[in-house]
Formats: sequence, C-alpha cells, structure tokens
Amino acid sequence: MSLQVSELKVYYRTLKGEVRALDGMTFELGDGEILGLVGESGCGKSTLGKSLIRMDGRMRHVGGTVVLDDRELPIGDDRAMNDFRFREVSLIPQYAMSALNPTRKLRRMVTELLRSRGAEVDTAELERRMDQVGLPREVLDRYPIELSGGMKQRMVMVISTLLDPSLLIADEVTSALDVSTQKAVARALLGFRESGYIKSMIFVTHDIALTHHIADTIMVMYAGRLAEKAPADVIVKAPRHPYTKLLLDSLPEVGVRHADRRLEGIPGSPPSLLDPPAGCRFRARCPIAGDECAQDPPVAELAPDHHVACWKA
Amino acid sequence: MTTLQESEPREREGMRREALHFAVRNAKLVTGFGIVVVLLVLGMVGPLLAGGTPNDYGTRPMSPPSAEHWLGTTTFGQDIFLQFVHGLRATFLVGVIGGGIAAVIGMLVGFVAGYRGGAVDEVLNMLTNVILVIPTLAVLLIINAYLGIRSVAVQGLFIGLTQWPWAARAIRAQTFSLRTREFVDLARMSGAGTWRIISREIAPNMSSYLFMTFILLFGGAILIASSLDFIGLGPTEGVSLGLMLQNANQWSALQLGMWWWFVPPGAGITAIVGALYVANVGLDEVFNPKLRET
Amino acid sequence: MRRYFSRKLLIYGLTFFVAVTVNWLIPRFMPGDPVASMVARANVAQPEAVEAMRAYYNDLFGFDQPLWQQYVNFWGAMFQGDFGISIWLFPTPVSTVINGAVPYTLGLIIPSVLLSWVVGNRFGAYAARRKLLDNTVLPVGYVLTAMPYMWLAVLLAWALGVIAGLFPVAGGYSFSMRPNWSWTFALDLLHHWTLPFLSLFLVALGGWAIGMRNMIIYELESDYSNYLSALGAPARLIRRYAFRNAVLPQITGLALQLGVLVAGALVTEIVFAYPGLGSLILKAIQNQDFFLLQGTFLFIVLGVLIANFIIDIVYVVVDPRTRAGMAGAQA
Repeated sequence: MSLQVSELKVYYRTLKGEVRALDGMTFELGDGEILGLVGESGCGKSTLGKSLIRMDGRMRHVGGTVVLDDRELPIGDDRAMNDFRFREVSLIPQYAMSALNPTRKLRRMVTELLRSRGAEVDTAELERRMDQVGLPREVLDRYPIELSGGMKQRMVMVISTLLDPSLLIADEVTSALDVSTQKAVARALLGFRESGYIKSMIFVTHDIALTHHIADTIMVMYAGRLAEKAPADVIVKAPRHPYTKLLLDSLPEVGVRHADRRLEGIPGSPPSLLDPPAGCRFRARCPIAGDECAQDPPVAELAPDHHVACWKA
Repeated sequence: MTTLQESEPREREGMRREALHFAVRNAKLVTGFGIVVVLLVLGMVGPLLAGGTPNDYGTRPMSPPSAEHWLGTTTFGQDIFLQFVHGLRATFLVGVIGGGIAAVIGMLVGFVAGYRGGAVDEVLNMLTNVILVIPTLAVLLIINAYLGIRSVAVQGLFIGLTQWPWAARAIRAQTFSLRTREFVDLARMSGAGTWRIISREIAPNMSSYLFMTFILLFGGAILIASSLDFIGLGPTEGVSLGLMLQNANQWSALQLGMWWWFVPPGAGITAIVGALYVANVGLDEVFNPKLRET
Repeated sequence: MRRYFSRKLLIYGLTFFVAVTVNWLIPRFMPGDPVASMVARANVAQPEAVEAMRAYYNDLFGFDQPLWQQYVNFWGAMFQGDFGISIWLFPTPVSTVINGAVPYTLGLIIPSVLLSWVVGNRFGAYAARRKLLDNTVLPVGYVLTAMPYMWLAVLLAWALGVIAGLFPVAGGYSFSMRPNWSWTFALDLLHHWTLPFLSLFLVALGGWAIGMRNMIIYELESDYSNYLSALGAPARLIRRYAFRNAVLPQITGLALQLGVLVAGALVTEIVFAYPGLGSLILKAIQNQDFFLLQGTFLFIVLGVLIANFIIDIVYVVVDPRTRAGMAGAQA
C-alpha cells in the first residue's frame, strides 16, 4: 500500500467556530494507482489535497493518521513535513498559471529550487521530461510571462515531479484549461506514471467525465466525508450511493465540465460544516432517506474495492 | 474556492454589520480615531474655554509651562496653549478642505477614466501623470508667494487642486476592475447612464476604499500645509500649528532653549497625521479579511 | 521598451511645458500686483524714483508687450539660461545664485534619499512576518512618516545640537571659514551636514520600511511563494524572491515620493539655515524676490524630472518584464 489515510480530521479555524472540512476520512491508495477525487465545492476535497502536503495557516490537524510508504507523514508539523515535500509528496497546484516566480528565468529558478532541497539539476533529464510534455527547450531561458498558460501548466508539472515523488497531488489542474488542453494534460500525467516519475496520484477535480478517463479509482466525497469509492468504471456505470447517482444523473453527457454548476440539479445544499447534523449528512437532500439515516452510516465494502457509506445501498 | 461577491442588498447589509463588528474590536482603528477625536474636540472646545485671542502679547514672555500658562509663553508673552488649540482648528480645517477637494477631483477623474476607458482615459491619465510628476510644494510656493492675502481656506483649496493625482490613479485602477463585473454589466444592459452606474453601482462597492483614500489625503494636506506655513507662506491672519513652528524657528526658540514653543505644535501635527495613518491600517484590516489573521 | 521610454519622455516633456507655463502665468494672472509690491518694498520716497523703478520692473517682466510675445520671450530667455536678476542679491543673475546653492541641496538629498530607501527596505523586509520586530518597526515607522520634516529637524537640532553640543545647528560651514579645498574645511562641511542629513534620512526611513513590509507580506502570500513552500523550499529562498519582487514597486514608489522628499529637504534646510535651495526660497520670499523664486521653481521641476527619468532607466534594468517587452508598459 502506498498511502493509508485513517480517520483523518482537519478543521478550519474561523471566527464563528471550527469548520469540520475533513471529518474522519479513511481510504487507501495502492502503488501505481490514480485516484480521482470528486465532489461539490466545499466538500473537503481540496482540503484533503492540501492536508497531504501543506496545510495553510487556518487549518488544524485534529486527529487521524496519514502513512505513506510505511512512514507516517507529520502533516500537522509544517517544519517536519518539509523533508517529505517534493521528494515524497508533490503538488501541481490549482494556481499553476501563477505558480512561477515572475522575475526569474526558469532555468535559474529550477536550479535554485533544487539546490535549496539539496539536489542538483540533471539538465539532460530535465530536457527529456520537457520533450515528453511537448515543451521546447528554449523555455528554460525565458521568464514565465513569456509562456502561454498551457506552457506554464506543463512547466509546473515537470518541475513538481523532478524529484520522482511517490505521491502526486494534482489539484483542479484542468479547470482553467480548454477541452483539448485538458486531454493533453491528462495524457501527460498518465505518461508520468508510465515513466515512473510518480508512483501514485490523487487527481482532485469536479469533472467526473475527465476523471473517468484518467483515474483507476474514483472517490466521491460529501460534506467532509467519504460517500463512495470504487473502480472508475463501477462508479460511472453502477454507483450505489444515492448522492453518486444524482451526481451522475445531473450530468447529461460525458464530457461536461464544471460539475458543481450542474449540481443545482440536486435540490437543497450541503449542510454547514460548522456544526454538522448527526447522522448521514446527505439525509436532507436524499430522495430515499429513512429513519435509520439518523445514525452515521459506516463505510462498508459492499463488493471488493467498492466502499459505500449509506444504509440503503 | 472563492465566489464573486455580488452586491445583493441583504448581503451588503450583512457585510456592513460584519465590518462594524470588527471595527469596534480593532485596536488600531479605535486608538487612531480616538486620538483624532480628542484633538478635534480640543480644537473645538479649547478656544471657547480658554478665552482671549491667540496672538495677543502677554505680560510674562518666555516663561516655561506653569499653572497659569499650561504650555508656557512665547518671546512676546503669547500663551502657547491658546495658540495650540486655535492652531488645531486651522490644521483640521486645511485637512478637510484640502483632503476633501483632492478626494472629489480624484474620484471624478478616477471614476470617469476607469469607467469610460479609451480616449477619455488616455487624456485623463496623461493629465494625472503630468500633475503627479510636478513637485507639489514648489508649485504651491509660487502660487502662495504671489497671493497677497492668504487664508486657511485658500491654502486648502490650492492644496486640494494639486494633491489629487495619486488618488485618481488608485481609484481608476479600482474602477477598472469593477467595470467588468456582472452587476455593472447588468446595470448597463438595463440602460443606466454613466453617472448612475458610477454613483449607484461602482462607488458603493468601493466605499471603504474611497474613505481610506480620503483619510490619506487629509493627512497629506495637513503635512503639506504645515510645510508651507513653515516656509512663511501660511495664512496671513490667525494661527496654525505650522505657523507656530515657523515663529519658533524665526525667533530662535531653539537657541534660546524654549522647547515648549516648538515641541507642542510638531507633536500636534504628528499625532493627528500618525493617528490617521494608524486608523487607516485598522480600517484596511476591517475591510480586507485577508489581513485579519495572524 | 522604446514605447515605454517614448511615453515617459512625452509625459516629462509635457510636464516641463506645463510647469514653465504655470510659472509664466502666475505672476500675470494672480490677484495683486507684483511690481507694486516690489516697489513698495524698496521703500523709496521720491515719486520719480518710484516711477523709474516701476518702469524698470515692468520692463523686466515685459508687461508692456502683448501676452503672446511675453510668453515667447519667456521661453526664449529660459533657453539662454536667463532667469532674470535677483532682487535680494542685486545685481547677481538668478542662475548664478541658484548654481551656488544647488550643490548643498544635492549633497543633502541624494545620500539621504538613497540611504533611507536602501535601509528602509531592509528593515521593512526583515520585520515582515516576524511578529516581535513587526510590532516595533511598524509603530516607529508610522510616527516617523507622520512627522513634519521640519519638526524632526528641530528636535534633532535641539537634542544633539543645543543640549548635547555635538553638532552645529546652523549654516553649511563655520562662519569663521571661507570655502577652500582642505581637509579641515571638508570636515567642517561634514560636521554641518550631519544633522540635516540625519533628519531627512529618518523621516523618509519610516515610509520605506512600512511600504516594504506591506509589499513583502503581499509577496509572501502570493501563489509562487505558496508553490515553493509546498515543494519544501526553505524560507530563505522564498524571502529572497519576495524581496526581489517587492523592491520593484518600491522603485516606482521612489519616483512618486520625489516631490515630497524635495519638499522635506527644503524645510529641513530652513531649520538648519543650510545654504541650499530651501534657504534660497526663504530669502526670496522674505525679500519678495520673485525672479529668484521662479528660477528656483523651474530648477526643482527640472531636477525632479531628471531624477524620474533616471529611475525609469533603473526600473527597466531591474525588472526583466519591461525588457521582455510584455508588461510594465503602463506609465
């Protein structure tokens, strides 16, 4: 097992109290597995991505553990976590377009970054990887503003994986791109796994259709918890959780992006995570909810590798 | 994931209440405005309580602070406390007039340039840049030197006329970013005119920013007025804090060791302007949630 | 880049034109009669002498010619370096009087502006996001920027000059000396220079420190900083990048502050009776010497424009983006 997350709880500090953005997440990710992480805005998927690499100032690790390649990640300890970043866990951020220091030429920036982590730049390898994603080599002698959005995105992908991390978190990497570029990015990410630059990947998105193409497994989150996790085909063709079903029903065709906008198709809105209600969190919007749903549904493995948190599934 | 905050009335109301909640709890804001209010009250009430005209010569010249003369007297026996409270009035007045006029011009130029864009923007931007580069004090020197009789109001007027460019530039940039927002598009599609859109849609959405701009202009006007006073181009009649400093310097208070003459007026200016700046930082924290943490 | 510079030059040219025009307009269109006030100042008893003086001044201003002719003549004279004759130091030409004062002002303003900028930026960058330091640098900075330049000058003169007796409080050099090229004179100059320099330096310092602190915090929260942190880059590297990027707006800030800094230098000189342009202005005003005042005005405007242009060049050298010809072209 590459990654084991158990009972992970991460809360946000706000003025009104603690927002339970991750409230007891448990899941596993195998070697070489690509996990697509989907859900509405605010369901905790981005929080999960951040928790695995770098929590921001308002986030607090409340409980649970994360084990990567048999070593526990000190996710609540910013300093201790530094040893793992880039080398073990790496990130392609949502803001890839603005992730590069505007006043440094890329070659120099990459050199300085690697050196600060105690590594030297292997120019041949760097250029090979740039070739692989279709970036001309001259790019290294340019400033970020001289690159197009897609080029910046690919450059960030190459930089993030230079130290061959075990786990790569790709956070909404395709949401700012047009459809054809999305496909190219997805192909490049698959290529990274093939070439062994990364072992496993968590692909955070709200685009189920695209996830279906790239991920081996899809995990659906709802209100800070796991709703359903199963092989990609199973999720798309035979979902068991009512939320997953509605999510898929609200997408008229494969290829539609921005799932959360279409989600207005599901009446109601997710519960406040400030003080979430007891029991199943989807209960209020669920068409088939019953009395038993007042109790927290446990995550059950209904079929091999098919986990669902629902009494009615 | 940030969503655009569109200005629904209910939401705006909520934001206002939230801002108030933070405002009364922000130490910088409360201290800053507190100091300004105390000095303002002193300037309003002081002259009424302490009778007499500030420039009257007294019988006990050059005396240090005492029970009779709280802040001592000048070489001519003028009571410094009396001058100080009267001077505060002039200083606040020049701040209000200068800062106010500069704010109005800055807003007009900034809104129009930012909202209309194109050639109008090009011309206004050029004008702004030209006036921005000219050293303000030098222009004011020339103007005031040729003015035979100078008053606080006229001084404020000319300060206002020269201090607006940076405000115009800042407001233009803000307007530019608001111009393309949905609610402005909506107003435009419903046939609202330029002025209506600026006054109903754009200005209310940056009211906090405008207020902070005014505060900075207010402080700036006070500082520049005090420099003019000090060079000897202050109001020909009356007192101001800058004129007090000028008198102290002209009559060698420094060499005579009369610290009570030059310390209070400078401290007064520093206190007002500094308190305004600090209050401004506080306001920024109140209105800009990003600055609240840590 | 060519576009950038040509735009800048257009603005400066226009500014100069406006300044000269204002300079020409004011004596002619302000309420009050400058000639009358100058004649009155001369305090002459005989009516013939008054008439003669009036005629002389009218001739100097060229008031008897049509307006457009006056305007053209004004420009013509200016390009020949003719700013008229000083009334205070009659009959020295204004340009000579100004030339004598300029070195003192430049000697004061250039080091104090550059040093306060460099030191202020360092302080501000260092204080940013270090709670303890931030809590001291910030209030001190605000007090310093809120101080009128002349007040800090007076306080320094009083504390270090009058009370401690460490520095002289008036003049550019000792009254007992005549300017000459010797070490003693140089030391004496330096001795007189210290306090005015220090007060200019300190007031400006506060503003730069605060500006830098705010810029750095903004940069440290930017996306590229977050990305580097996520890849475990040490704080040292991230701060270095942030500093480098935060300095750029501070350079623009320097250009915007020039007017304020010059104003500060003028009043500081007056406090210390330092023989630069500030003291010249004071004398001109006290003696109703309008030619001297206007000449000084033009000189200051020209100086500020040149300084602006130098800063523009520096900016292009420092910011790769302007050279890459993409951003930063906005004037």
